[in-house]
Formats: sequence, structure tokens, C-alpha cells
Amino acid sequence: MALLSFERKYRVRGGTLVGGDLFDFWIGPFYIGFFGVTSAFCAIVGTLLIIYGAAIGPTWNVWRINIAPPDLKYGLAFAPLKEGGLWQLITIFAFGAFVSWALRQVEICRKLGMGYHVPFAFSFAIFAYFSLEVIRPVLLGAWGNAFPYGIMSHLDWVSNTGYQYLHFHYNPAHMLAVTFFFTTTFALALHGSLILSAVNPGKGETVKSTEHENTMFRDLMGYSIGTLGIHRLGLFLALSAGFWSAICIIISGPFWARGWPEWWGWWLNLPIWN
Amino acid sequence: MKQMKFRLGMALAGVAVVGIGLALTFQRPHADVVQRGFRGTGMDQVFNKQDLAVKAYANQLPAAEPAADLTGVPASQVYQNVKVLGNIDAAELTRLMTAMTTWVAPKQGCAYCHNLNNLASDELYTKVVARRMIQMVWHINSDWKTHVAGTGVTCYTCHRGQPVPAYVWFNNPGPPQALGELGNRAGQNAPTLAPGLASLPYDPFTPFLEQNNDIRVISTSALPDTDHTSIKQTEWTYSLMMHFSNSLGVNCTFCHNTRSFAQWDQSTPQRATAWYGIRMVRDLNQNVLAGLRDVLPAHRWGPLGDGPKVNCATCHQGVYKPLYGGSTLKDYQELASSTSGAVPASPDDAPAPNTPPAAPAPATQPDAPAPKP
Repeated sequence: MALLSFERKYRVRGGTLVGGDLFDFWIGPFYIGFFGVTSAFCAIVGTLLIIYGAAIGPTWNVWRINIAPPDLKYGLAFAPLKEGGLWQLITIFAFGAFVSWALRQVEICRKLGMGYHVPFAFSFAIFAYFSLEVIRPVLLGAWGNAFPYGIMSHLDWVSNTGYQYLHFHYNPAHMLAVTFFFTTTFALALHGSLILSAVNPGKGETVKSTEHENTMFRDLMGYSIGTLGIHRLGLFLALSAGFWSAICIIISGPFWARGWPEWWGWWLNLPIWN
Repeated sequence: MKQMKFRLGMALAGVAVVGIGLALTFQRPHADVVQRGFRGTGMDQVFNKQDLAVKAYANQLPAAEPAADLTGVPASQVYQNVKVLGNIDAAELTRLMTAMTTWVAPKQGCAYCHNLNNLASDELYTKVVARRMIQMVWHINSDWKTHVAGTGVTCYTCHRGQPVPAYVWFNNPGPPQALGELGNRAGQNAPTLAPGLASLPYDPFTPFLEQNNDIRVISTSALPDTDHTSIKQTEWTYSLMMHFSNSLGVNCTFCHNTRSFAQWDQSTPQRATAWYGIRMVRDLNQNVLAGLRDVLPAHRWGPLGDGPKVNCATCHQGVYKPLYGGSTLKDYQELASSTSGAVPASPDDAPAPNTPPAAPAPATQPDAPAPKP
């Protein structure tokens, strides 16, 4: 049964990438498709592996459950199951689930005849994960350079890995990523407050239109990006934040193994003032 | 069309500038990561192999002088005015003097410290300093084993063939600035090598390594009522810690698990070694080097008129163990302590050359080499 009264008309046959009509069906409100099946399979197996890892670990405290990557000595080879091999399997299944989900989004886009903006955006999140768990460890030569699966343990990894470069805020890509994260939330705050104001008029007034919204920002800061433009800008800001996050961790270690403040020596040494 | 070409040209130029910039400022991926904690905790040292090759080249041990043909006669009976090394064999004194020349003044030679017409004369200030330095080396090697262990130090550990070690420091007044509150930098925001080019305070040495100010800033209570440590104080501490890291060529996790910097039971054993190192450096700056300020000529002083002082970099020079743990002391046991090289009372009982005569000395130096035949 469709969740919304108008959803039924979006149930369009076809548009699948793999499997033809075989998986082209819905369960309740959920489209399945080939990638829905692989997505569910990978997610379930990965989750069960995490539960198995917790079962053979020292605690059931959800904050402290930790599935750690292998020791560095295993390099890029497979490690014994209880010494990081579990982490390797979970990583494979996690990546399988994420990519399946993105491809399922592609199929839905094709069904609805819309652009690929949603899977394109989600692929940046997958790229960030792939950077942390695959690209950087491969560049550094060992899976053990990836982060562990655990609520507290991955935070400890983030802390120590940041301090491996003495002062991570001097990482130029981290600077860009943080700036984009703040800017995307700022833009959302501006846009959200504008829309909420426009659609909640005072007593006796009508809902305000696009022209009113544009005028508001032209008065405020001399420019209004427009109703479509704000969404393009929002997508750009959000994806840039994720993209530069991925870059900032890829370059930490493989392309710079010292403290990040020291990287800025080139600036201090510019012949303009040195 | 013309505009299109112009835009394409500008874009290509931009890409070229950024590309060259990236190639010149970043390193090529030749990582060497050393795991120093449980897997997945990030307690790792991250090195670039090109950096390591440069450091390995710069930190080779110098060849030891050939063993002396011992005369069995103490130096004080052969030479005049030998105040601190009078107990050791006269031939060993000559050997040590040769070594000290290559360690400290290889270009200047003996004349850097001695009047060549009268070697016994103390007229050159450098000789007076050298004598005090020998006492300092004894003091370090015998009283600060908590930091230098059996590896010990010699002149070469700091001097590396230079009369003044490459890494000494002076009180730093900072760059010129406007008067009044507007010009007050509060000791920071002028990038120097001390905090690794960060905007942190540029002279963390004076408060922590010359004076005894407390380095710890982490609060011990959840609420701030009893904790008056400020962010500014924390920045001073971080500046000092940046100096530690860069001096040793390691990152913060060499000593700390950063999930809690303060807790000793989560820190590595190296943190204890560093703790003693801080006390050792303070001791040397306060009790040895401060006293030499008036012996030195004014051109050896810093901008505020203080004498040169030591910090971690003076010995470590970018490496976690100076000279990668190689010991120059093992070939010059007379530098281990004020008595370690003394000529025995009866020449017939003389032990093999270059071994400490006192039995307990090697026992407390687990890294000391086996006696040479």
C-alpha cells in the first residue's frame, strides 16, 4: 500500500540497470530492484558480523563495542578473522551496501525521469568513506591505517590521527571542508528562515511570493540568488564540504607526514616578504 | 572565439600554477607508519621515507679516535692546569682532546680553546666554557640516567662539529610591535620554528624550560570553579609540546593517547622519559648555562642579553633518540662521570683501556658495551 495517496502514480515499471523485470517490484512503500536486494543483503550480513564481533569482544556496551582494523604488519593482505579480518569483511559489506543504495537511487531516478542529483550527492558520502577506509590505507600501505568501527573507538582514532599531524586545523583541505560545512549550515539557516517567514504571514496578511523573498535579500545584502539558485548553491556547498573532508584525510600521511602548521612554510617563505 | 581561447588559456594557466604549487609543497607518498598501540587506535608514528633518509644521513655516528696507548700516568702529573680531567690517563687526555676538537671545533682546531704557545693558559673564554661543559656532561651522564639512560651524551650529541650547537635558544622578545594594548600580541601570532610555525606563543622555552612554570593545563574537575586555567595558558603548553614533537621528529601520540593527555596509565613509557627530560633541561639551564653567561663574550648573548640555553632540539635534532640511539659515550668512558676514567692507584691492576674501573658503573648502564680487550 502506498504511503501517500499520490505515490501510486510514481510506480513506473522499467528503468532498472540490472535484472530486468525480475526485481522490479515494491514491498509496501519500498521499491526493491536488484540493488535493493544486494543492499539489504550486504547491510544484514555486515550488521550480523558486527554483532558477532561484539559477541567475541569484551563488552556489550554499545558505546564501547569496537571492531578494529588489523595490525599494520598485515599490510594490505587479509588478516585472521579475530585480528582484523572481521573489520575487513565488514568494510567490504559496508561498501557493497552503500554502492547498492546509490545504484538503487539511480534506478528510481530513471523510473521518475528525473536527474541523478540524489545518487550524485550520496556518492560524495560514499567517496568520503572510501577515502578513509580504502584510499588512504592503500596509499599508506596497510589496512591498519583505517578507522575502527565503534562509537567511542572511532572518535579515539580521529583524535589520535588528528594529533599525528600536530595541529589538524592547519590542514588546508580541512580548512576548506570546515568552511564549507559552516557555510552550508549558514546558507540553510538563511534559506530556511526566509521560507518559514514567507509561508507564516502575520494576521491578516497573505503568504509571500517569490518576488517578496527576492526583495528581502536584495534589501539585506544587495543580491538574491533566486529560488532555484539557492538549491544549487546548497548542493554545491554541502558536497564541497564532504569532498574536501575526503581530500583532507587522504593528504594526511601519504602526501604530508609532518605537522600541518609546517606545511605553510611555503607561505612564510614567499619571496614577497621573506 | 577569441574570448573562448583566452578563457581556456587562463584556465590552463590556473591549473598549471596550482599543480606546480601542490607538487612543490606536498610530499610524494612514501609512507612509513609505525604502530605503537592497539590496532585501530591511531597510536601510530607517520614518517615519510624521504624525510627519514635525510635524517639518517645527518645523524651518523662519528668514527671514534683509535684507542690510546695508556701510560698509566694521570694527566695532572704530565700537564699543568688540568682541573677537571686530571685523574685520567695522560694519553687518554690527548685522545679526548683530539675527539673534542673534531666534535666541537674541527675547522678552528686546538687554537679555538687553547693558546698554542701555552696550552695550560685559561686566557681564552672557550677553554673555561669547555671545562664547565665537561662537568655538565658528567652531571648528565651520572645524575640524569632517568633521561639519557646508558647511552649518555658527549660534546658531539649537541655540537655536531660546530662551536655553538645548531639548536640553542635565547629569551625571545618577539618581533617589533606597536605600544599599548592594540600592539599586544600576548606572545603569539608571529610564526617561529618553536611551535612548528603555528600561531601559538613564540617563546614557550622561557616560562617552561628556564623557569619552572607548571606545564599541565588539563582540568581535573568537571566544573570550572576550582580550575582557573585559561585557553591562553593552554596555548603556551601546546606551543611547548609542538617543540617537543618537532625536536624529536614524532607526533603527539609518541607520548600521549590524545583521548586523555593527562592520564599516565594511558600514556606511553616515553612520556616518563620526557618528564625527566624537562627537569633535566631546567636543571642545565638554571644551574649550568646561566652561570656561563658572564663567561661568554657579548656577541654570544641573545637579544635580551641572556646566554644560550638548551631545549629538546639541542640534543635530539629532529630524532626521537639523539643520533638514533647511537652512543658516542661508549668510546670515551672518562665522560661518563667525574671518576669513571680515573687512572687506578696501581698501574699493574689497570683494566683494559676504555673501560670504567669501578665495577658498579657498568651494572647501572645496561646499554654499555662489553669491555674491549
